[in-house]
Amino acid sequence: MAKHPIYGLMAEFDNTHDLVAAAHRVREEGYRQIDAYTPFPVEGLEETVGFRLPLLPVITFIGGLTGCIGGFTLQYWPNVIGYPLDIGGKPYDSWPSFIPITFELTILGAALFCVFGMFFLCGLPQPYHPVFNVPRFKLASHDRFFLCIKSKDPKFSLDETKRFLEGLNAREISIVPV
Amino acid sequence: MDPVDPVTEEKPVFVEPGSPWIAPGHSYGSVSDRIAGVVLGRTRKGWIIGFAIAFFLFLVLNYGITMLFFVGVGKFGIQIPVAWAFAITNFVWWIGIGHAGTLISAFLLLMRQKWRTSINRFAEAMTIFAVACAGMFPLIHMGRPWLFYWLFPYPDTMGVWPQFRSPLVWDVFAVSTYFTVSLLFWYVGLVPDLATLRDKAKSKLAQVAYGFFSMGWRGSVKHWRRHEVASLLLAGIATPLVVSVHTVVSFDFTIAIVPGWHSTIFPPYFVAGAIYSGFAMVIMLAIPLRKWFHLEDFITIRHLNNMGKLLLATGMIVTYSYVMEAFMAFYSADKFERYMMVNRMVGPYAIVFWALVACNIAIPMTFLWSYRIRTNTVALFIIAFIAQVGMWLERFVIIVTSLNRDFVPSAWGNFYPTPTDWEVLFGSIGLFFCLFYLFARLLPSISIFEMRDLVHKTAEEAGVIAGVAE
Repeated sequence: MAKHPIYGLMAEFDNTHDLVAAAHRVREEGYRQIDAYTPFPVEGLEETVGFRLPLLPVITFIGGLTGCIGGFTLQYWPNVIGYPLDIGGKPYDSWPSFIPITFELTILGAALFCVFGMFFLCGLPQPYHPVFNVPRFKLASHDRFFLCIKSKDPKFSLDETKRFLEGLNAREISIVPV
Repeated sequence: MDPVDPVTEEKPVFVEPGSPWIAPGHSYGSVSDRIAGVVLGRTRKGWIIGFAIAFFLFLVLNYGITMLFFVGVGKFGIQIPVAWAFAITNFVWWIGIGHAGTLISAFLLLMRQKWRTSINRFAEAMTIFAVACAGMFPLIHMGRPWLFYWLFPYPDTMGVWPQFRSPLVWDVFAVSTYFTVSLLFWYVGLVPDLATLRDKAKSKLAQVAYGFFSMGWRGSVKHWRRHEVASLLLAGIATPLVVSVHTVVSFDFTIAIVPGWHSTIFPPYFVAGAIYSGFAMVIMLAIPLRKWFHLEDFITIRHLNNMGKLLLATGMIVTYSYVMEAFMAFYSADKFERYMMVNRMVGPYAIVFWALVACNIAIPMTFLWSYRIRTNTVALFIIAFIAQVGMWLERFVIIVTSLNRDFVPSAWGNFYPTPTDWEVLFGSIGLFFCLFYLFARLLPSISIFEMRDLVHKTAEEAGVIAGVAE
């Protein structure tokens, strides 16, 4: 149940400088629920949308650790505990020969956790999102930069926010329907 | 010509002035249009002809493998003592080819090399298809291919586990990991570009297909940040794979006891050889791609020059490895090891050995020093092709000459390839090109968002646009 029947207001820019300046102004003005959409990663925007340290490296590390311990255990248990085979008196726990598989599974674990972690943290796949309802938004994957102030921001008000955005050197302001 | 879309047909805000890595006059929109235009345009006649030839070879592959499964592994020319010939040669050759793609995508990303931008997408695709072709061979070369799943550690009723100490089982894990990680890395990079294609596509089928695979990517700042972090992490994870996977494959030839398969030189030897043949393949793909799809602005002569230099450098490492292998065989004073080298040079496969020397050492090392040859597309293509053939011959020489004459003369025997051997070899080349043609038609061959970023950075460095305050 939305207070406003729209998702937010979107401003379109045609270069990164204007976008970053506008994003900083919007943040200074006190808005917090903002997001920016760009066709390639643009520096200087993370603080404005409130993005802190990424969790991804931690997740990747956990994945690598899982792969490593899992891989070593996979080889150690059958050869030492479960089904030890005495072959010419050679040692059961021949750990150097377990290294290649352990190494590969570490990499596999890290990569799987990294990729699926990234998609999970981003909330993808998410094929429907209100911003796609703006016809010009398809340029966000082409050569235009968008800044969106969401209506759930406490400072949001349709007329005031619109007037504020118009003063930010944007090419166009659009209403984002829900 | 598609009808002009009024929404996108506006003059760009700026164009970049050019750099060694991108021709001047491009904007964010023009790189998107140029690269996406290849995918979203009509199918060209040249593509259809090329795909038809590749598909015919793929059918030859199917025929060869069907006969192989139906009749048995004796359809290959293998016997005792040469129980491994073309199948494993092809396996190692294809895996080696794949390594350059990962090196370009992962290692050069970590090294922040700008010249990787326009080549990394199709190079990584090349890796995935090469590994797919490679992965076929350990399966089909088995005497009882229906039992391939015994290589995996699954809970079975026989009370037996795979032999984890064997390089053959290490191969299973290394190649599976390599394929999975390469596919994931490639896909992560593709998601923003699939979003671009989704937004540009005109037909409903294209919009739905690209929309599905782009997972609803909208270019949000947080998503881009996580995407960058994920790409760097994956690059860091994939870089050891460049070295380790071919090392594990080379272990097949390090831990046996026949002369020639009992040397610790093979891991670096094979990895250098892999990067050598991989770059040869990247060159062989880049030159037609840039010409037929008019991507010369993005894959510039400087890129080809760099790749030629890398070919030269890795070729020198490979040459040094050959010399050291021969020297160590002599220095070891082991008569069997020494005979192994003599057998290569004057034995029944001497022609193959000397062709190998010509293809891998003599021709590339002589000509790649010249800037004019490295930047001449025809010459570079021919040299890359010769290097590819040479690398196949190298694997053949390592495998067959060590097996055909080992310790005792009564155990000697020669190998002669059969039609099935040739069908499967050329068929696998057909499979690779089928996959690559499909990739070039349906997916962007160059990373669109990275090119936009390159346009941005080029313009910023030249002062055409104001820098962004940190």
